[in-house]
Amino acid sequence: MADKLLEMKNISKSFPGVQALSEVDFNVDKGEVHALVGENGAGKSTLMKVLTGIHPDYEKGQIFYKGEEVRFKNPAEAQKAGLAIIHQELELIPELTVAENVFLGREPGRGWINRKKLKADTKKIFEELGIEININKKIKHLTIGKQQMVEIARAISQDAEIIAMDEPTSSLSQQEVKILFALIQDLKEEGIAVIYISHQLEEIFEICDRVTVLRDGYKVKEQAVADINRDEIVRQMVGRDVEDRFPDFKINDGKPIFQVKNLSVPDLITDVSFEVRKGEIFGLAGLMGAGRSEIARAIYGVYKNRSGDIYLEGKKLNIKSPGDAIDRGIYYLTENRKDEGLIPELSVGENMSLSILEQLTIVKSVISKRKEKNLVKEFISKLDIRTPGPWQLVKNLSGGNQQKVILSRVLSTNPKLIIMDEPTRGIDVGAKHEIYKLMEELAAEGVAIIFISSELPEILNLTSRVGVIYDGRLQSIIDGSEVTQEKIMNLATGGSS
Amino acid sequence: MEDATIEQSTKYKEFILQFLDKFKAGIGLLALVIVMSFLSDRFLTLPNMLNIFRQVSIMGIMAVGMTMVIIAQGIDLSVGSILALSGAVTAGMMAGDTSIVLAVLIGLAVGTGLGLFNGLMISKAKLPDFIVTLAMMSIARGLTLVYTGGRPISGFDPVFRSIGGGRVGRVPIPAIIFAVILVIGYLVLTKTTFGRYIYAVGGNQKAARLAGINTDRIKIMVYAISGLLSAASGVILTSRLNSAQPTAGVAYELDVIAMVVLGGTSLIGGKGSVGGTLIGALIIGVLNNSLNLLGVASFYQEVAKGLVILVAVLLDSLQHRD
Ligand SMILES: Nc1ncnc2c1ncn2[C@@H]1O[C@H](COP(=O)(O)OP(=O)(O)OP(=O)(O)O)[C@@H](O)[C@H]1O
Ligand SMILES: [Mg+2]
Repeated sequence: MADKLLEMKNISKSFPGVQALSEVDFNVDKGEVHALVGENGAGKSTLMKVLTGIHPDYEKGQIFYKGEEVRFKNPAEAQKAGLAIIHQELELIPELTVAENVFLGREPGRGWINRKKLKADTKKIFEELGIEININKKIKHLTIGKQQMVEIARAISQDAEIIAMDEPTSSLSQQEVKILFALIQDLKEEGIAVIYISHQLEEIFEICDRVTVLRDGYKVKEQAVADINRDEIVRQMVGRDVEDRFPDFKINDGKPIFQVKNLSVPDLITDVSFEVRKGEIFGLAGLMGAGRSEIARAIYGVYKNRSGDIYLEGKKLNIKSPGDAIDRGIYYLTENRKDEGLIPELSVGENMSLSILEQLTIVKSVISKRKEKNLVKEFISKLDIRTPGPWQLVKNLSGGNQQKVILSRVLSTNPKLIIMDEPTRGIDVGAKHEIYKLMEELAAEGVAIIFISSELPEILNLTSRVGVIYDGRLQSIIDGSEVTQEKIMNLATGGSS
Repeated sequence: MEDATIEQSTKYKEFILQFLDKFKAGIGLLALVIVMSFLSDRFLTLPNMLNIFRQVSIMGIMAVGMTMVIIAQGIDLSVGSILALSGAVTAGMMAGDTSIVLAVLIGLAVGTGLGLFNGLMISKAKLPDFIVTLAMMSIARGLTLVYTGGRPISGFDPVFRSIGGGRVGRVPIPAIIFAVILVIGYLVLTKTTFGRYIYAVGGNQKAARLAGINTDRIKIMVYAISGLLSAASGVILTSRLNSAQPTAGVAYELDVIAMVVLGGTSLIGGKGSVGGTLIGALIIGVLNNSLNLLGVASFYQEVAKGLVILVAVLLDSLQHRD
């Protein structure tokens, strides 16, 4: 019964067809880091949105903040009272600069913006955080990791007493994660409370004091982190034991079916050559910004000024656009789900069928609702997608389920080569292992997979060979039997192993 | 028990709210019709209703094209000028003894060509849609003045005049053409792959491209369709007036965009429907008709129309503010 800063009692919130929260209790003390965990769709983000006035229309429950009952009607009110939130899906304005975004709605100066002070203040914040960033750059020109840091800076700069962080590390580099954790320590010492949402359970043990587990909209339990272990948290989240292990590693000695030779894109990647075997999971490791995604995009026909050759099943391919790539049997699953994956105003079903719509027709160009429905149903059950129905707008699904929708879009085209760019980002433990299993199954069917991930354990355990990228170049390819974390890190930072 | 009923009633409320949200344009139209039927006994008569439908058909046809453009996250300001040029070219061809069919086809081709040009500039040259179509508005108007020498081209064959002035039974032919185009527009948007791609491109162009859609092609086609339908309106208007006016269609783009927006199509793109546009067109039509019947002076009519649009958009944004 220390300093109870926030008390949410009996909160219920529903959306059409979904009971997102059922009588949830949630407490935060002054200066604590309180983890909120649960599977995709458990209601974590919704609880934070209820708290910060984004969903003021919750049906039931009360919120006490500093001993007084509150009901914030909009985010601005919550912000004024000292509640800041870093959203799971970044809410920055792409056309504005870093500085303009950090102080959006709170610009210094009266009537007109005092640009000098705006820049100076922004600079100071980033200096204190120890983050190198060009504050005059437009958001759209930053990597997602950097954008995330801008969100964090914005929350910090609000002099908040509670900062809710909804999956803040999902697109940060290891370096950036370290910075964030140091920052959370500082906040704690200043008595600021942090609500920390993450699917990386290791992080919970590293920085959190207490953890509340949600499952299907219900609160399962609240406990001190010291009193619990990882397996127990997982059990509470999922409601049963899960197989939390990587599938057995298999050596692949299939025939090469995919090759790139001397792939280059000016300023992005230089002279990259490698091959992938039939049924192989080939890893691409490297730091954020090293050029892994750029290699994938170059293969996928995104860049007009690409040079070099691409071969699939011995045939040289002339890929000029993503459409060409898909037609030839290559699909790229983007790392940037919100900006480049989802069509938010279309339904779950419409998002899934987008890439093979031409095949789901009665006569040319006329969509067969029946064929489309069958496909959508098949994938909803195959990937266990939690949605009240195919008609639900995809923007209303939880992050993990959105990822499964995009994955369905990829699989629907029966590709021969899939390039997966951070496919498990923002995905819960259970679903992560479903995706690993799916990758294994695809590989067993002979599909070649290029797997880009910043989580080294994934790379180490799933791939049979790993190419390490540094500064747009393929440094070296390490065989699965010899690969270690140290080797990868050494190559990824420019060393030679 | 008590909680259950509360939850029940909030669900109920939610359902009603959703219903109102979905059909609010239609409800607005209905309210307008009911009020007017009390204010004027000439309003709710079949001839007047057909009259309204005929009056809105010219802009309504353009609004179907505009709906597609706006769903694809674009805007087309050149529709009024394209209407004028296509009408003038058709008229000029007929004056030069070209057959009616060929003249009309050439008129339609001109409109489609200009729309195609808009689309190419926007998708391939990556210029802003607002600027490109604003420029086209000026170019097409200028070409119309050059082509006509600034004078109307008048006096056509009765067969041609029947396009805009004729009736089948009691139904005006322009209204029939409008209805057919509405149905085609509806089918294209809801039943075809092309229609689905329009929503996808408007909803998230980057994602659509990565999903394999030829986004440039979709954009070009949408502008070409807008050009084609503007040209069709030009032909009908020329026929109805028995004259191609060099200043025909000035400021039409505003009413056309208003129809689309009143119908619930979002200027942000990715959302909207032809059904909504029909309602939007009828609201504008009923409003014009009512103000006429009530004897409101035409200058005030403009003000009234502007206010209605403002209120409608205001209601919409209040509802979606969060
Ligand atoms: N605006 C909305 N409209 C309809 N349903 C919604 C909306 N927002 C969330 N939901 C639903 O509410 C449930 C809880 O979603 P929420 O986003 O809170 O999950 P989460 O725990 O944050 O999951 P994740 O880990 O995937 O981010 C899900 O079933 C989701 O589909
Ligand atoms: Mg979430």
